[in-house]
Amino acid sequence: MFSEELLKLLSWEETTAAIAAKTAADVRRALSAAHPGIEDFMALISPAAAPFLEEMARKSQTLTRERFGKTIGMYIPMYITNACTNSCVYCGFNRHNRFPRVVLTPEQIEDECKAIRRLGPFENLLIVTGEHPGLAGPDYIAEALRVCRPYFSNLSIEVMPLSQDDYSRLVAEGLNGVVCFQETYHRERYKVYHPAGMKSRFEWRLDGYDRMGAAGVHKIGMGVLIGLEDWRTDVTMMARHLLYLRKKYWRTRYSVNFPRMRPSESGFQPNVVMTDRELAQLTFAFRIFDRDVDISVSTRERPNFRDNICTLGATSLSAGSKTDPGGYHTYPQSLEQFAVSDERTPEAVASAIRGRGMEVVWKDWDKIFDTPPCVR
Amino acid sequence: MDKDILTIGGRAFTSRLFVGTGKFSSNELMRRAIEASGSQMVTMAMKRIDMDSPEDDMLRHIATSEAIQLLPNTSGVRDAREAVLAAELAREAFGTNFIKLEIHPDPKYLFPDPVETLKATEELVRLGFVVLPYIQADPVLCKRLEDVGTAAVMPLAAPIGTNKGLVTREMLEIIIAETTVPVIVDAGLGAPSHAAAAMELGADAVLVNTAIAVAADPVEMARAFAEATVAGRRAYRAGLGAVASPGQATSPLTSFLD
Repeated sequence: MFSEELLKLLSWEETTAAIAAKTAADVRRALSAAHPGIEDFMALISPAAAPFLEEMARKSQTLTRERFGKTIGMYIPMYITNACTNSCVYCGFNRHNRFPRVVLTPEQIEDECKAIRRLGPFENLLIVTGEHPGLAGPDYIAEALRVCRPYFSNLSIEVMPLSQDDYSRLVAEGLNGVVCFQETYHRERYKVYHPAGMKSRFEWRLDGYDRMGAAGVHKIGMGVLIGLEDWRTDVTMMARHLLYLRKKYWRTRYSVNFPRMRPSESGFQPNVVMTDRELAQLTFAFRIFDRDVDISVSTRERPNFRDNICTLGATSLSAGSKTDPGGYHTYPQSLEQFAVSDERTPEAVASAIRGRGMEVVWKDWDKIFDTPPCVR
Repeated sequence: MDKDILTIGGRAFTSRLFVGTGKFSSNELMRRAIEASGSQMVTMAMKRIDMDSPEDDMLRHIATSEAIQLLPNTSGVRDAREAVLAAELAREAFGTNFIKLEIHPDPKYLFPDPVETLKATEELVRLGFVVLPYIQADPVLCKRLEDVGTAAVMPLAAPIGTNKGLVTREMLEIIIAETTVPVIVDAGLGAPSHAAAAMELGADAVLVNTAIAVAADPVEMARAFAEATVAGRRAYRAGLGAVASPGQATSPLTSFLD
């Protein structure tokens, strides 16, 4: 389990210091390495790499094209409940926020499926819930998968961390991917941001990725929330985690996401602000570090940034996203998790991508591959 | 730098040059070459051992000092069943549970059979062996072997005995990057510079036999391989500098950030 592994690695403070100590020579070495390692990654995200941004962009673009070609995968999130027992200080779904909680019924979920299909030819669906073991437990998620299955060829979930048995069971129900953000790898500060509910258990969340891997989930999505702690240290920890998972669950595909904190109902203001330039640097660094990982950019980011970054290293985009349950069909009054920055329609996003010489890919999976996973 | 120890099967090695015992013109020359190599892991073919004829018995010519781990190999077997049998005989004869698994049914190139090798590794691990399989430079096979508990992987650099060097370099780089068990580059290393290059890539050790055995002066060549292995390892740990690439004048990709 990664929680044990984490204790053997450099501590948070040592990692922060090591990144700060990186020099231009370290960056040059990282840029010429055939198989960049974690030290190279640290150099590429360090302040010392800022003057190398153009060179990093070129290398990132070349590697992305070698592996993915000129394509961008499209996905769309479907929030099916905002009920949540956590009280994460930065989140609009915090249980202390007083607003009507919605738990979509199977019929309402089906309406959402139809509404999304009217919106665009989406085949990759990300089903999202708040973390409420009572109202949005494994049975509810399994039911949602059954309802959505006929409408989409690839189903992922972003829900509370589950047991290995529950992941296995959902894979048997047609689940392809699991997205889970660790939010931060700073063990002590984690408890400050996540004071109550299941999410306050740092290790349970951290070891969730091992449980996904062991259960044979096809694709695992990772992320840290940019705005809580020093982002350079957090993404380095995540890169180590990815490296660990890749070696252990080597049949699995991986994606990463660097969500920058947006204003939300909670009124929490980010502790650290990451500039567009830094987000671009991080994207290039991640691509150079891992040429195979799917780098996803959500509608949290602005159109101009999204349209550019997806020619340089990012490989999947969401579009037309609503972050309130029922938002696609009939429930505009419920509350959204965060405000989106790219409000263009999916077709407008797709045509902007095509305008840059890229092909938009809606479907890259088929249900025929949904056979029982081979797990040792 | 801290002590650079390689651990395999619970045993610590300070020398990262492993050597073989075949093809020497005499057992005495072999003994002196092994000594000069400083190797702590010496492999020999189970089939070559003749306990009944002391003069022909290689075993008695290898310094049986505590420093040397004998690594019997299964050379000659053609499938997993024969390999397991040979390994059990070797454990009996050599008193060690270390086994270099070599299954090459093809007598022309002596290429290892990946399917039988995976099967045999799984079985031998179950029987308590420390298994070091000789394999093609195949990254997926390495992961499959890891899954069944292999102690190391021994991908080939080039067809055995060819002295061609790192023909499989691209695959070796990937194996070194992705594999969690020690990677020992085996077969095809023909010159000390090849051994150094493998170590610079990050290999944990190299195994050399033919290049030493058939050199004009095997003892001196063993010494040269030892030095090259140390130099390559030292360079890897020191961190190689950047290779300069010519600048490209293109329109800037990052102007959207201004």
